[in-house]
Amino acid sequence: MTKYIIRRLLQTIPVLLGVTILVFSLMHLVPGDPAQIVAGEGASEQTVNNIRERLGLNESIPVQYGKFLTNALQGDLGSSVRSGRPVMDEIGSRFWVTVELAFYSTIVAVLLGLIAGIVSAVRHYTLTDTSIMVVALFGLSMPNFWFGLLLIQWFAIGNWMPEWLEFIKMRPSGWGDEWRQVILPVLTLGTGGAAIIARMTRSSMLEVIEQDYIRTARAKGVSERLVTYRHALKNALIPVVTVVGLEFGGFLGGAVLTETIFAINGMGRLTIDAIRTRDFPVVQGTVLVISVIFVLVNLLVDISYRFLNKRIDLN
Amino acid sequence: MSEETVNVPVTAERINPRLESYKQFWRRLAKNKAAVIGGCLILFIIIMAFVGPWIITTFTDYRPNQTDITNKLAGPSAAHWFGTDNFGRDIFTRVIFGTKLTLYVGFFSVFIGGIIGVIFGIVAGYYGGRIDTVIMRLMDVLLAFPGILLALAIVAVLGGSLTNVIIAVGIFSVPAFARVVRGSTLSVRKLEYIDAVRALGASDFRIIFKHILPNIMSPIIVQASLRIATAILTGAGLAFLGLGAQPPRPEWGAMLNEGRPFMYEAGHVALFPGLMIVLVVLAFNIFGDGVRDALDPKMKK
Repeated sequence: MTKYIIRRLLQTIPVLLGVTILVFSLMHLVPGDPAQIVAGEGASEQTVNNIRERLGLNESIPVQYGKFLTNALQGDLGSSVRSGRPVMDEIGSRFWVTVELAFYSTIVAVLLGLIAGIVSAVRHYTLTDTSIMVVALFGLSMPNFWFGLLLIQWFAIGNWMPEWLEFIKMRPSGWGDEWRQVILPVLTLGTGGAAIIARMTRSSMLEVIEQDYIRTARAKGVSERLVTYRHALKNALIPVVTVVGLEFGGFLGGAVLTETIFAINGMGRLTIDAIRTRDFPVVQGTVLVISVIFVLVNLLVDISYRFLNKRIDLN
Repeated sequence: MSEETVNVPVTAERINPRLESYKQFWRRLAKNKAAVIGGCLILFIIIMAFVGPWIITTFTDYRPNQTDITNKLAGPSAAHWFGTDNFGRDIFTRVIFGTKLTLYVGFFSVFIGGIIGVIFGIVAGYYGGRIDTVIMRLMDVLLAFPGILLALAIVAVLGGSLTNVIIAVGIFSVPAFARVVRGSTLSVRKLEYIDAVRALGASDFRIIFKHILPNIMSPIIVQASLRIATAILTGAGLAFLGLGAQPPRPEWGAMLNEGRPFMYEAGHVALFPGLMIVLVVLAFNIFGDGVRDALDPKMKK
């Protein structure tokens, strides 16, 4: 186990290095002169040269990358071209906003998905099962930003809302002050993920139920309830664990859209604003931070998967 | 699949084994309800995308960019089935004209991503060793950018346009293909017939394209149809963020973006383009699921 963890940690290093190379290259893949593009059309040569100087674009590419990497390792991601503030400060508290959004969405996705998946599997090939799977298929096929827009329409501006649901109404300030404001964005992100988890749980459960040890348990006279929830579920959940990490990451990326719709001041919106204003250091910074979290979360998930699934050790 | 290609029945008539396996593929596909429904839906959407605009321009006066300010944000009616947008443009007409753009994003990006991904996957799986490690690490790096983020970063660099969205989403699709194809190549490579053709002196190139590729087509097809669904969603997301097809092109994601400020007064503006995205993505998802079930005998019907 320790050996596996060490090996897995070592494997992560080249991936993280690759991520920094790719993020670093972003600025250099810009068609044309990045300094000119950052400065905007019609900027004087003086301004362009200043920006080139500030972004360190005069040096050779390997030297630039070396600096980028050493700085990034020390938590310095350069500074915003627009505001002049360090990118780390720009990200600042927005980091937690996005992580929180992704975290709550993961919880919603897992809870909804597991319940739907288990019910579907237990009642397989019945109307309940079919209905749940049809809903899941819709959830999978729906652009989450569109679903978010619909939710705003229904809950925030719809006049038909029953009194007891009034509390969900969106406040224009968006995120943070009150937990109520969290509900719609989290539902927007979480439902799509729930669909994936539901499908996965169902097929995993159905596969497990066919196995010999379940038949043995039934033959021994273990009640159907116990067979389902004790014997089958435990093993069926193992493959589902791997998806959770991917979902969390997907939500971090998806936050770009959700934060835009709900006017949440997180990293996603920061990224979009930076793209619009061609503030490349900020784009690089947020993309790097989000990817690094994603890689680390997946590392954790892989290790826990290994821990849960002892059968892998035997092979 | 592979067995059918290997055991060529010896009869007087020549039977093309590949043709036979394709026939069997179609038979199995035709038996799968989901695949048939999904396939018909896709066919309908393709026809709508290419014949629809022609019908509208030939038989009616509706044009996708024709504005009518006096009639803006009007709800659905007999004259405007899906209502009008903030410029008084007919949303139904725009939706029909936009179908093509959505299909372009789906098909072309998956085509680009598929070809690159399949080459990477086959090479990694066939040669193994260091080549495999390098390629798969590279794929890991691409997969380290979660969800829409990779495509977003690429579009951020290239600038927002339909072509750039196709490129970005294409690159975003590469690792998915590479992983699946590598896995299938690994399992096919070990089969005896590969040893046999190699013993006959076939070149690597010939083995890969003539003997491995045809036998791993099923997972590639499944992957492609499911990826088209993802690609369309990603492309629509980018367009919604204003990074895809630029106005006034009637791209569905861009239409949602344009309609967003007005959805408080006119809900239909944000409704129909979204419904169309759901319809198309749903069709490819149903088809992909169906094809997978039909091709994978282990899956229960």
